[in-house]
Amino acid sequence: MEVFVQQLINGLTLGSIYGLIAIGYTMVFGILNMVNFAHSGVFMVSSFIALNALLILTTWLGVSSIVLALLIILVVSMVLTSVLNWTIERVAYRPLRRSFRLAPLISSIGMSIFLTNFVQVSQGQRNKSIPPMFGETVTLIQGRGYDVAISYEQITIWVVTAVLLLAFWYLVAKTSLGRAQRACEQDQKMAALVGVNVDRTISITFIIAAALAAVAGTMYLMYYGVVNFADGFVPGIKAFTAAVLGGIGSLPGAVIGGLLIGLIETMWSAYFSIDYKDVAVFSVLAITLIFLPQGLLGRPDVEKV
Amino acid sequence: MSPEAPVRASQAPVIRALKEAALTGLLAAAVFLPLIAFTTVQSMRNELMLETQWGLFFSFVAIVVVARFLYFVVLAPWLERRPSKPIASSAPVPAWRSALTKWFTPFALGFVAIYPIIVILLTGFGGAVKWIDNFGIQILIYVMLGWGLNIVVGLAGLLDLGYVAFYAVGAYSYALLSKTLGFSFWMLLPLSGILAAFWGILLGFPVLRLRGDYLAIVTLAFGEIIRLVLINWVEVTGGYAGISGIPRPTFFGIPFNASEEGFAAVFGLEFTPLYRTIFLYYVILGLALFTAFITVRLRRMPVGRAWEALREDEIACRSLGINTTNTKLTAFAVGAMLGGFAGSFFAARQGFISPESFTAIESASILSIVVLGGMGSQIGVAIAAVILVGGTEIMRELDFLKQIFGNDFEPIRYRMLLFGLAMVLIMIWKPRGLISTRTPSVFLEERKAIPADLLKEGRG
Repeated sequence: MEVFVQQLINGLTLGSIYGLIAIGYTMVFGILNMVNFAHSGVFMVSSFIALNALLILTTWLGVSSIVLALLIILVVSMVLTSVLNWTIERVAYRPLRRSFRLAPLISSIGMSIFLTNFVQVSQGQRNKSIPPMFGETVTLIQGRGYDVAISYEQITIWVVTAVLLLAFWYLVAKTSLGRAQRACEQDQKMAALVGVNVDRTISITFIIAAALAAVAGTMYLMYYGVVNFADGFVPGIKAFTAAVLGGIGSLPGAVIGGLLIGLIETMWSAYFSIDYKDVAVFSVLAITLIFLPQGLLGRPDVEKV
Repeated sequence: MSPEAPVRASQAPVIRALKEAALTGLLAAAVFLPLIAFTTVQSMRNELMLETQWGLFFSFVAIVVVARFLYFVVLAPWLERRPSKPIASSAPVPAWRSALTKWFTPFALGFVAIYPIIVILLTGFGGAVKWIDNFGIQILIYVMLGWGLNIVVGLAGLLDLGYVAFYAVGAYSYALLSKTLGFSFWMLLPLSGILAAFWGILLGFPVLRLRGDYLAIVTLAFGEIIRLVLINWVEVTGGYAGISGIPRPTFFGIPFNASEEGFAAVFGLEFTPLYRTIFLYYVILGLALFTAFITVRLRRMPVGRAWEALREDEIACRSLGINTTNTKLTAFAVGAMLGGFAGSFFAARQGFISPESFTAIESASILSIVVLGGMGSQIGVAIAAVILVGGTEIMRELDFLKQIFGNDFEPIRYRMLLFGLAMVLIMIWKPRGLISTRTPSVFLEERKAIPADLLKEGRG
């Protein structure tokens, strides 16, 4: 019982991170119909940005308040990652907008390889580890030899994720920007005809995707306390799995999918085999696509001739 | 790169270029600031220390600014002045072009056939091993993998991002069966191909009704699953440590070693490791040519025509009564079999395999070779393999750069970086790959290449 509750907490934390990344996949797929392979790289870059920002704040500027530091890091990482993703879209995808179907896909694979290796070269190959930020926990249940506890980091992740998702939901559901986005998803040509600036909408989509990935990256750094240039790939695929599981193109689906994937992963590690946890998640991806291709909340894909 | 807003008459081109360059510079500064200006190192007490590299940072930004400025001042006006090409080129092909297409293949075949001899003549016996092994064999492995995947991606239009799984199946089949059962390379080569094809069918069966991008992701996941199993099933595969001491192939039963029965002794030659390398070179050349040959032949068979029809329009195929699942499955199986051949050759050549060699990046590299070369074009795929693999191998040889950038500079670290960059740039330059024309296998009176502008693909 204690193990279950503890894994539930861990799973939801992990799932929040996956959900934040998954939104980026789902939005870009919804609007461009393309799997953005570079998104995992962007996520990884954002956690390096957060790492460097943290060190500048704590060692150079001597900021001692953790909450203040965390807020600044979050903003810095979101802004800089958004600029990066905007640039990537402008350089690597926009010239290929009207071209052959596989071209942007290959370009994004190339971009992903580029980002990973760029960070490897500029930041080094070694793991970068930081001391725990809060290091304190709240004990929920006093068990026999096993306490269920929530760390401050986990609480932070939940709060930040919830707040950002609310803000983001408001942005997509209530503002004209969100309307433009949904219009572009349905039919770009038609949206352009009624006066939606398609290029700008797509750029903003990439910016939002990057901002949320940056939150995930910062939280990832804070939660695990370690980053490596190769760390983007596996969370990236898992987040994509989350997007597919929730129904690609559906924003609530991405969050639900993310939470589910996080839970599946932690429960599998606790009750079956920790070595095969990634295999379990990837199998979920394959099984979902085979039996439920439209995902939990997605619309069925209608084939038109 | 993309059409810019029309220049306003009031703005002189140089001023506009300056403005654009400044904006780009700001952007570059924002992108490079966190990743180049600052870096971290582990101190003696295991704490991360911040380091700055302002010089490097400013030189990167400066390069971007200057490049953008030159683009607007020099390149853009030149591009504008250049007459735009008519879309469907009805103009006669220049003579040098047709001569090139006609003579390229025989010339290239002749060159690869005598490549080891050329290398030995140029570098002598000592240096030849490196050039034949790192360039010849390495490139040919990727040419073969590219041609194998070309059947799946280029002909049948199925986006497979887990091709390396079959390469791994082939390699591990050879390694395990030769070590435990003692079978020879020539027996196991077809066997590992068959095993890989079997896996291809097994994995392909449930996923082949998915469309394009989904198929790519599922195959990527399958590739990862196979790699993770190889890592975690330690009793059989040795986990991360891999399998070493894999028996090497023999020349009709004569091993390549320094012993009395060795190749050199039997033929009365002085022993050098070069003979094995040359032998392996011709083996992989044979395998690659076999792949090319069966691709050419299959394209003329009903199944090959069905593949290409499937690539062009799946719905039309179905309405004409083609069993799309079986057709896709055959493409998957044939591609997997060829990957299995390449894998068992790889294991035999290295003598050591580990899951390191079968990562998703490897799959992505093979796929990019196929797409960059031009899907379906065998010559294009071969050229792309030479450029990308040869290019990255050349990075190993650029030691003279150390004299320019100092001793810490290791060109090898920039290999994959440039590989990724090359993928993006080639896609922007030629989205359909280097050789984008298609040669139909059925034609009326004369064979004509179809220019890429006239092609459109269905949803595969």
